[in-house]
Amino acid sequence: MTEEKIPDYKKDKKRVDGRKMDELRPISIKVGVLPNADGSAYLEWGQNKVYAAVYGPREALPKHTQNPYKAVVKVTYRMATFSVPERKQPRPNRRDMEISKVLGEALTKVIFTEQFPNTEIGVYVEVVDSNAGSRVACLTAASCALANAGIPMKDLVAATGIGKAFGELIVDLNKDEEDAPDAVDIPFGIMPNSGEIVLLQMDGLLTKEEWAKLVPLGMKACADVYAVQKKALQEKFSLSEVSEKNVEAVVEAKVKQEKADTKTEKKDQADKKSAGSVKPGVLQQVKAKKVRK
Amino acid sequence: MRQTVLENDVSKITELAKQGKRLDGRALDEMRDFTLELGLCENAEGSAKIRLGQTEVLAGIKMGVDKPYPDSPDEGAISVGAELLPLAHSEYEAGPPSFDEIEVARVVDRGIRESKAIDFASLCIKEGEAVWVAFMDFYAINADGNLFDAGSIAGLASFLSAKVPKLNDKNKIIKHEYSGKLEMKRMPLLTTFVKVGGKIMVDPTYVEEKAAEARFSVSTTEDGYMAAMQKGMGGSFNVEEVNYMIDKAFIIGAETRKKLIKQMKQ
Repeated sequence: MTEEKIPDYKKDKKRVDGRKMDELRPISIKVGVLPNADGSAYLEWGQNKVYAAVYGPREALPKHTQNPYKAVVKVTYRMATFSVPERKQPRPNRRDMEISKVLGEALTKVIFTEQFPNTEIGVYVEVVDSNAGSRVACLTAASCALANAGIPMKDLVAATGIGKAFGELIVDLNKDEEDAPDAVDIPFGIMPNSGEIVLLQMDGLLTKEEWAKLVPLGMKACADVYAVQKKALQEKFSLSEVSEKNVEAVVEAKVKQEKADTKTEKKDQADKKSAGSVKPGVLQQVKAKKVRK
Repeated sequence: MRQTVLENDVSKITELAKQGKRLDGRALDEMRDFTLELGLCENAEGSAKIRLGQTEVLAGIKMGVDKPYPDSPDEGAISVGAELLPLAHSEYEAGPPSFDEIEVARVVDRGIRESKAIDFASLCIKEGEAVWVAFMDFYAINADGNLFDAGSIAGLASFLSAKVPKLNDKNKIIKHEYSGKLEMKRMPLLTTFVKVGGKIMVDPTYVEEKAAEARFSVSTTEDGYMAAMQKGMGGSFNVEEVNYMIDKAFIIGAETRKKLIKQMKQ
């Protein structure tokens, strides 16, 4: 930072980027963005941009990593070399490893791991652009990707940063705030329906009183994050137009749409015969989604 | 189950190839269509995301200041890295760079480096003391074949859009300030072919790569040069086949270049 005067949030009533003390940066989530993955999500949170992909449950290998009673949730958190102001070395560092570990532990809590003994659920999160708060962005995206993969879960995980900068308690610190002289950063992740905390880290100096005030701020912010997650998943799986009666009509419309899509693509002589199989496939899909709802 | 599906597709692709056809209905010498998204990553000096069919690759540039090599005190350098993220395919694993990652990075690197697209002398800050190093890294986000060409197109687009940071008098980078654009003299592009069932096809998908006997990539420039070649996999090509692929690469490369320029203008 240059030699500007240090902001004072108590006086300014406004943060360096114009936000209110309890205001999140804009968040958008898109679910099911990677065709190869069993589940995926792309999330933008302010300048943070992350991809999350889920593969599995699949046989855990090497074999000694298997647990005969439950699935192992393995998170791999990485940052692209160009995602930070100064180029990051491509090989994983100690920070990457630690974050991978705590994110995996946070997600283990919400997954019914006991249903998939001896398997691994691989969760890969890649940060492609960042500005403080990338791990909570990754956790938020990863739980959407898990839901997208159809993995049985008790709840989603919603997370945000909370803490202190320039003399005030705030949520979702950006990079300037993280670099403040009095900065306290607390990555905070909860199961929104029970309020149980599944991710909690902190660095900085904080009093008990400040902590007590921060918790409700964090809960409120996580509820806002949860609303965005739910909306993204509903957009992916929404069947609001489907009722018992019009399910056939919806299926027909979808089949028509798909046929139109394939027509606009290159005519594929080899796959001509598979056109007949489109209808039952779509019907099954719609039924499966109905059950899920 | 996936394995069975793959094996079925591989035999189907080989059968079709013998009749001069492809599973997705393309002609043997037809590239998949692609779209580019530029400037996605604000922390990068340049970035580009390509979607080539279902293959998705994200490339980004970081500019760093370093000491020059003793044998070229007035020249900067470039460095190209590739990562086949486990995110992109169930086959990829996290870990130290694999042979495939290193090969694709080096082939893309040579295409750009050897075409003299970047004048290394222009990257000199102070002779013998400080030069620019342009790091281009590209990441497979979703892998459906031909990461060579996807990496090459996204890499070139990110180089073309890259800005050079401003320096203070101690040659330290001033954040978020730029002195200008990275100067590019040529636009080299890789074109990659595989041989399946004795037939040559361009821009293979993932299953076509699985069905392939041999692979060939050649980097071509707009002024009629080839800058790099690479034959890969266990099979072989005869001279006529190589000449055919080179001829095709110039035609396809020119079309791709046109599309790239058009998309960069938008």
